[in-house]
Amino acid sequence: MNLFADAVNWILEPANYVGSNAIPLRLAQHLVFTLVTLVMASAIAIPLGYLIGHTGRGRGLAVTTSGGLRAIPTLGLLTLVALWVGIGVVAPYVALTVLAIPPILAGAYTGFEAIDRRTVDAARAVGMSELQIVQKVEVPLGLPLLIGGLRSATLQVIATATLAAYVADLGLGRYLFAGLKTRDYAEMLGGSMLVILLALALEGIFALIQRFVVPRGVSGRVGGRAPGTTDSTPVSHSLRTEDPTVAR
Amino acid sequence: MIEFRSVSKRFPDGTLAVQDFSLVLPSHKTTVLVGSSGSGKTTLLRMINRMVDPTSGSVAIDGEDIATLPPVKLRRGIGYVMQNSGLLPHRTVLDNVATVPLLRGTPKRQARADALVLLDTVGLDRALADRYPGQLSGGQQQRVGVARGLAVDPNILLMDEPFGAVDPIVRAELQQELVRLQKDLDKTVVFVTHDIEEAFLLGDQIVILREGGRIAQVGSPADLLARPADDFVASFVGADRGRRVLHVERHGAEDVVVDSDGRLAGVLNGNPAEGDR
Amino acid sequence: MTWVLANLGLIWARTLDHVVLSLPPIVLCFLIALPLGWLARRYRISRGIILTGAGLLYAVPSLPLFFVLPAVIGTGLRSPLNVIIALTLYGVALMVRVVSDGLDSVDADVRQSASAVGYSAWSRFWQVELPLSGPVLLAGLRVVAVSTVSLVTVGAVIGVQSLGSLFTDGFQRGIQAEIIAGLVVTVGLALVFDGGLVLAGRVLMPWNRRAAPSKPNVPVELRAT
Repeated sequence: MNLFADAVNWILEPANYVGSNAIPLRLAQHLVFTLVTLVMASAIAIPLGYLIGHTGRGRGLAVTTSGGLRAIPTLGLLTLVALWVGIGVVAPYVALTVLAIPPILAGAYTGFEAIDRRTVDAARAVGMSELQIVQKVEVPLGLPLLIGGLRSATLQVIATATLAAYVADLGLGRYLFAGLKTRDYAEMLGGSMLVILLALALEGIFALIQRFVVPRGVSGRVGGRAPGTTDSTPVSHSLRTEDPTVAR
Repeated sequence: MIEFRSVSKRFPDGTLAVQDFSLVLPSHKTTVLVGSSGSGKTTLLRMINRMVDPTSGSVAIDGEDIATLPPVKLRRGIGYVMQNSGLLPHRTVLDNVATVPLLRGTPKRQARADALVLLDTVGLDRALADRYPGQLSGGQQQRVGVARGLAVDPNILLMDEPFGAVDPIVRAELQQELVRLQKDLDKTVVFVTHDIEEAFLLGDQIVILREGGRIAQVGSPADLLARPADDFVASFVGADRGRRVLHVERHGAEDVVVDSDGRLAGVLNGNPAEGDR
Repeated sequence: MTWVLANLGLIWARTLDHVVLSLPPIVLCFLIALPLGWLARRYRISRGIILTGAGLLYAVPSLPLFFVLPAVIGTGLRSPLNVIIALTLYGVALMVRVVSDGLDSVDADVRQSASAVGYSAWSRFWQVELPLSGPVLLAGLRVVAVSTVSLVTVGAVIGVQSLGSLFTDGFQRGIQAEIIAGLVVTVGLALVFDGGLVLAGRVLMPWNRRAAPSKPNVPVELRAT
């Protein structure tokens, strides 16, 4: 436990709160990097996922591509892109955006697919245009699974951003690699604890968000469903907050 | 008046759902399309609001070919009630009823006020207005579905097995409600069902369909029972068996009516015209 | 290509290292997750504790875990054991949920009729519930396998040799071919493991052969870092 005491001391050490290697600065870098990556990945993945989910076209391709992308080891992609574009923040941004796309894409289109087809059919039959169906029916009902995808992507990026410090002067991961180089275990362990705390905090925040984005009326928390109402069951089933697609 | 002019529909997978179907559905009457699954009845219904477009032939409403009308606008003018109510699970009962008026640009306050009145019309307690569909019973959901179908005061109301998924007692109740509603509202109703009893109860004009949307017989309930066109129709309406075939037996001083299985169906009351015996 | 041809021996050695690091976690996590998953499904309290714990564990990034584990269990930072234990933990975190869901997926009617014809709780688990949840377990294990093979590479940055060493070495020496070779062989190895599991599934669950899914359809997220 001595090691942990050292690590905690390292975290609390005032000297680690000033200069270009200050903990708040590294934390901010880590968060900004994560946020920007997520925004870039979302800008690509959400519209594409919605298109796939609404039209039902291109799903096979999306599944295959996403599956392939996920099997690729992150470190390999990071180092390869870093060799191409040089050491710096560009490589992590490119590599991590690519890695964050599959979970968001899957969240977007599975969110649409999980909606009872009859609900969409009825919306069309009463006279909603395709755009209105997307806006008023599919987006709100698909939100929980999209947030689930964003949650996966966020944790993925937080984790990989740590690894990105291997090729760029970036984020909390620097402490791990700097400590490794100087054999300063307190720094390595302290940095690791910070990353883990950050990941768990974001996990908690997303768990809360997911509770709130389940549209009222489909959360299953709004009371018992009467017998004979088979229509909403598939939706509410797939939107369970403890759905394995959303919790990792 | 809705008119099918030699309409056919072949789906992309090759199934011929409807073949050369022609029919006039008179205004302010209830026409029931009845047939077993695969008879194309739902396909025919969905042609009226262009949810399905015919492969050949045309559908006209009041003489106007609907293929020339934009589908979204057309659908907003036609009421549609489906089997599973098709309500939006994330919207309250009131907002579900007000969906189409809001789409058509009715101010929110107005649309909601109208929707409340419609809840009365379909026999729903106003206290349910703020509930979500998932909190209602199946029968209540169907009533909301009917209210939504009526929300724009359409001339035409399409009903696709609307009472198919509720239990028999609730179904009977809803059927009676619809009979009452239609008396007041006088819409042109097109009703799809596989239940001949339901067809007899609701229909002014009944269309019995064979496989592939071919018409076996069109007529009033009395026509179909008294003069079935062939064995298929006779068997479908049950004119050849059970409690459709009644005869009178003398029981002491009274005439009682008995079905073909010998079960007592009722007592003959009053003096029916000779011809009706 | 020249680099690859000149270093086939190295690639082969790293591949063997990789197999040694990735096989134990896949096997161990299954053995550990089985009783835990059963426990998670059996009692309400244990369910909350186990599944929440598994969810949190799965959220911990791998690289920091490689640094923290030695401080907890006393392994050396560069010990392969460190990587094996960390990846076993991830595997367990994922499989616990899969086992619990898999057991859940067994038709209640089947379960009840098994009891009705006289299976004890113990024999019912082994002879009815476990085999019938097999397809779900298999799909989950395939995700674990692919994810584990990918994660082993991360160990290279702390000095545990695997195919990931081709990334770190290639990066430091600026040899693109080395990194690409590492990527190709890692993905290839993942495919081999995956194929092996599919094959095992066909042998062990012949009744499921017709409907054998080509993709893992357990909706669990793969972790890559």
